[in-house]
Amino acid sequence: MKVRILVRLKPGVLDPQGRAVHHSLDGMGFEGVEDVRIGRMIEMDVADGTSDEALNSMCEKLLANMVIEDFTIEKLETAGAA
Amino acid sequence: MGFRAAVITFPGSNCDRDMACALELVSGTAPIRVWHGDAELPDNLDFIALPGGFSYGDYLRSGAMAANSPIMRSVIAAADRGVPVLGVCNGFQVLTESGLLPGALMRNASQNFICRTVPLIAENTQSAFTRAYAGKGTVHIPVAHHDGNYFADEETLDRIEGDGRVAFRYAEPCNGSRRDIAGVLSAGGNVLGMMPHPERAVEDAQGGTDGRLLFESAIAALV
Repeated sequence: MKVRILVRLKPGVLDPQGRAVHHSLDGMGFEGVEDVRIGRMIEMDVADGTSDEALNSMCEKLLANMVIEDFTIEKLETAGAA
Repeated sequence: MGFRAAVITFPGSNCDRDMACALELVSGTAPIRVWHGDAELPDNLDFIALPGGFSYGDYLRSGAMAANSPIMRSVIAAADRGVPVLGVCNGFQVLTESGLLPGALMRNASQNFICRTVPLIAENTQSAFTRAYAGKGTVHIPVAHHDGNYFADEETLDRIEGDGRVAFRYAEPCNGSRRDIAGVLSAGGNVLGMMPHPERAVEDAQGGTDGRLLFESAIAALV
């Protein structure tokens, strides 16, 4: 099973990287950009029976820092499926 | 007997030797060097130091991988028993990632790597790490980091401030840290994480000796 995990900074946590990118986009002349937030995407191949509980635990213990980040888990197609 | 300290080296640590030299210089006893993959710490330690550097190349988040390395289970157990644990720079990041200290260290607000000597104020001079700073006013210790921007939610900040757990504060804004926090103590007071490098300010040749007071405090606290 392929799993896609998105890790994002919590709302309210300042994102200096996003702000710098926003500034660059403005400087390049792109108009209408109102905010930029940068996160991280993690793709994993896991055994088909891997439980939601295990996936949550991986995120909470390592993949995300719950002090500053939230995560979402998206399960993609199972290996061998059409 | 002497001062029985251990310095942990993770893959990518680069201030472990400086830390060991500083501990030996101030205490007179060379610390034991411990590799991250060791499961057990030496017995009867007086002090554990997590040094600066870029453990695991700062992959995922600074300190995140090191916080889950085998030796950290023993470090956490030792901290729970009251053994003094000092984490400097990357060591501070490892301590927050491991849950031994509250908060998180984010990318500097300026986005720049900051490498200079900064003015600091020891806010709590009662701890085992900071007693020798009593009455010293503003001191100067180098920082060298990209991810030193201390973050915690307002409730946590109020709590640690109220409990006297802010050990050091930047005397002027440095990296965007909430409330200019540079160093934080655990609830028990035996774990200190700080971004400035006291081991880089222990002898005149380094341009200052204000970091030496931290090691002197820790050694004096044992007597």
